[in-house]
Amino acid sequence: MPHDYVVIGTFVLVGIIFVMITISTSNILSHQKPSEAKGLIYECGVEPIGAPWVQFHVGYYVYALLFVVFDIETVFLYPWAIVFSRMGMIVLVEMFIFVAVLLLGLAYAWKEGALRWR
Amino acid sequence: MSAVLAAILPVLAAVALMLVNGVVLIYMLRKVLGRLHLRHGPLNVGPKGMVQTTADVLKLLSKEDVIPTGVDRWMYVLAPAAVFIPSLLAYAAIPFSENLRITQLETGLLFTFAVLSLVALGVLMAGWGSANKWSLIGAMRAAAQTIAYEVPLLLSVIPVVMVVGSLDLAQIVQAQSGTWFGIIPRWFVFAQFPAFAIFLIAALAELNQTPFDMSEAESELVAGFATEYSSMRFGMLFLAEFSNSFIMSAIAVSVFFGGWSLPWVPDSVIAPIAPVIFVLKTYFGIFVFMWIRGTFPRVRIDQLMTLGWKWLIPITLGWIMLTGLVLKLGELGGAS
Repeated sequence: MPHDYVVIGTFVLVGIIFVMITISTSNILSHQKPSEAKGLIYECGVEPIGAPWVQFHVGYYVYALLFVVFDIETVFLYPWAIVFSRMGMIVLVEMFIFVAVLLLGLAYAWKEGALRWR
Repeated sequence: MSAVLAAILPVLAAVALMLVNGVVLIYMLRKVLGRLHLRHGPLNVGPKGMVQTTADVLKLLSKEDVIPTGVDRWMYVLAPAAVFIPSLLAYAAIPFSENLRITQLETGLLFTFAVLSLVALGVLMAGWGSANKWSLIGAMRAAAQTIAYEVPLLLSVIPVVMVVGSLDLAQIVQAQSGTWFGIIPRWFVFAQFPAFAIFLIAALAELNQTPFDMSEAESELVAGFATEYSSMRFGMLFLAEFSNSFIMSAIAVSVFFGGWSLPWVPDSVIAPIAPVIFVLKTYFGIFVFMWIRGTFPRVRIDQLMTLGWKWLIPITLGWIMLTGLVLKLGELGGAS
């Protein structure tokens, strides 16, 4: 129903207002005394060494690619699951083919070593 | 005017529920973990320490909001809101009883999962914006985890959707009324046990809960993505985290444990206290999360990825096919 999405819009607005009110209340109630030592990034008590944004080995970009594939597959599966009980045998066969292709894809990625954490 | 009020009141109620949840759940966590560790947990503030978390919130409110130098300011400042708002949105579709729902969304289940997965974005913002190595590693791990477990989580409820034929959480609950042979309640946890097991594992991973709490592993990453946060900004991150476990448990209750209904009791009897039953069931679910948290050690991240991709996804896909086959064969059997 369209009315429900109005409520959801209200949710977002109220959320934003709530966050703003709480954080500004906290800022009014508290003492703000910034100092150099306080502003340091926490690194177990010593002064931070090197740049904060280190060259980070994102060990899962292949996973991320696979995730996109499988997430879209899930999106396709939801409408199918809703109409499943109202349709004949044919939906089952179609989905078997669809899922089998995806499982093949997963098996290929597995064989190629994409699912190995490095 | 009254239309505006009608739109805003439920939302305010959701905010209030979220705050109460946060306060009660933190107290409960400390008590439950304390008991599991053979100690008492909070005792001194109020009777049995019950006012402890309220006092903690007030203390957080009066703390200085430290913004360290060198942070990515926009990301750092906005991240708590980016975590908090989706978590609040998730209350929109939870069916506390047949009529007590904030919205009557027909896509309730999918909507709740969708907004919950937005939380990961806020976590990534917090981790990147903090300019802290611990935060960055924590956020990257959280993202990896979300990526690996989002798919099994979404897939695990599909068999239930196939049986019910709707994404409306209230309809899923209604489909679970009655009993088999007069004894076993028609809850999907019995008919769909593998789906529930996978849902539980994936939900724990999505919530970054033990045994999958690598994103804020205290012993290695300080506090993960929340390391640099203080004052109410930290409060927001914390509140959202507890609220998310409430939401996840509420989904589990409505999809697998019959929502507001009780077995063997007719609906007319429990109608007046339905929301109470729903909340109690949900809190029991959270208690189980805490129990797991106090019991299991943390898994390694490669084990986590292996479990997600090589076990859970193939098993859920297989279970979906099996459910489909059984349903269709049952239909054929019924027709002939």
